[in-house]
Amino acid sequence: MNAGGAGALFTATRFTRKKLLTQRIAAGVFALMAILILIPLLLILGHLVSRAWPALSWGLIADLPRDGMRAGGLWPAVVGTLYLVVFSRLISTPIGVLAGIYLNEFARDNWFTRIVNLAVVNLAGVPSIVHALFGVGAFVLFAGLGKSILAASLTLAIMTLPVLIASTKEALASVPQAFREACWNVGASKWQTIWTIVLPNSVSGILTGVILEVCRAAGETAPIMFTGVVFYRSGGGTGLFLYGPLDQCMALSYHLRTISTQVPHVPESLLYGTAVVLVGFVFVFNSAAIALRVYMRSRKKW
Amino acid sequence: MVGGDVPAPSGIEIRGLTVSYGRKQVLRDLALSIPRNEIFGIIGPANSGKTTLLKCINRTIEITAGASWRGTIEIEGQDIRRVRSVHDLRRRIGMVFPLPVGLPISIYDNVAYAPRRAGIRRRAELDEIVERSLRQAALWDEVKDRLKTLGTKLSGGQQQRLTIARALSHSPEILCLDEFSIAIDPVTTMRIEDVLLQLRANMTIILVTNLVQQARRLASRTAFINAGELIEEGDTEAMFSDHPAKPMTYDYIHGIFG
Repeated sequence: MNAGGAGALFTATRFTRKKLLTQRIAAGVFALMAILILIPLLLILGHLVSRAWPALSWGLIADLPRDGMRAGGLWPAVVGTLYLVVFSRLISTPIGVLAGIYLNEFARDNWFTRIVNLAVVNLAGVPSIVHALFGVGAFVLFAGLGKSILAASLTLAIMTLPVLIASTKEALASVPQAFREACWNVGASKWQTIWTIVLPNSVSGILTGVILEVCRAAGETAPIMFTGVVFYRSGGGTGLFLYGPLDQCMALSYHLRTISTQVPHVPESLLYGTAVVLVGFVFVFNSAAIALRVYMRSRKKW
Repeated sequence: MVGGDVPAPSGIEIRGLTVSYGRKQVLRDLALSIPRNEIFGIIGPANSGKTTLLKCINRTIEITAGASWRGTIEIEGQDIRRVRSVHDLRRRIGMVFPLPVGLPISIYDNVAYAPRRAGIRRRAELDEIVERSLRQAALWDEVKDRLKTLGTKLSGGQQQRLTIARALSHSPEILCLDEFSIAIDPVTTMRIEDVLLQLRANMTIILVTNLVQQARRLASRTAFINAGELIEEGDTEAMFSDHPAKPMTYDYIHGIFG
């Protein structure tokens, strides 16, 4: 072997150089896009916080509103949003996750399953205002719940179900089929396989879907404004136990909408302050989601 | 049901087995009689339906998408379609497929998986099963100090032996090996082959292999399947002789197939 020949083997050909150039351009464009999505996010947050600055204090969260919503805090709205989120999650999480498990693990591929899957996909595309109207018809009027936290929670639950089912199915489908077959081959039942192998390896994905829908439930205005949320209601109780399940309540998203559009002379800092509290609420839940996911990923086994 | 006038039933009796995936027939009217406590070799080119045949024996064909089958398979005279629980049937059969699958749990849990699902809880009993199975799969010495490591962290060949250990963990009556040595080095393969020759005393072993010499070394009888049909079945030595019943068998074994 002569060294010159071996060296020539490793010099870049025109083709290799072109290949590398293409890769660099692709990576550059993608990186640019990734940076671009940060810019509006930072601008929005910066703008909100700077405008809200004079109003930001612990009292903004913990006090009752005063002076026809033009001063004071947001406590009833914070509690109302918390109630709506907790109740709607209690209703839709078990239904959505269990339905997702059924559809991905048990359902045979027949016309019925296909219709259910089609319904799930289509339901995810229904606008939230339509869910609101359904909620009025089904829960407020037909079920006789009236405008209440329960009716609004049920509406939110229905609205978030499709995405919950889809994300659960997605998480389960990411577990390799070979794992299931290996279990079936040694005589494990479907349920044993799901419980021992499939769920432990998909729970982080399922939880991500669950918590992302928490944020959606907290932020939506349309489905709750006709079904249980009002402009002002401080509730009969105190502290965290402000409302009963059949009470009407306040909520951050709706509150922000009303004081921005319906109430004259609200100080600007209070408007932005309300937005910051709403974003903060969502941010707290998102952080919890990310922390949980990091923890679960660290335990992921393959 | 088989009456009492029939002589002692053989290990596995397959009659009229036809399997289709959608419209494509992969096995056609297959009949095989696999004697008990022997190693039975199955050879044949890729895509000839060997793996499908194994999937029928433990009825995992029924959970394979798009597959349908007809015909009868009897194990010890019992129609496998009429067993009370398909899970009990699968527990009587150990399956090793060519792609190694380490479950994403510890090595110990991988091997203890089947016994636990069958209700065995006592630690001492499980320990014993795990050690015996791993020894039989020629893996014990390599992993005995790290049984808590994830099964998925093992190398391909080690995972393959882990799969064999898992198949042996529930003490099956029938062991089906599909290309078990594909990722295993020759020395270890020989060790496992020795174990198989010992295991023969307690179980019926079906050995699907592309290595025709492996079939020759181990199997007392061999079947040659091509394109979903049984070409020839008989005594291994006769099949590997210069004059098997069908010229096609000779061509396949000697690599002049086509």
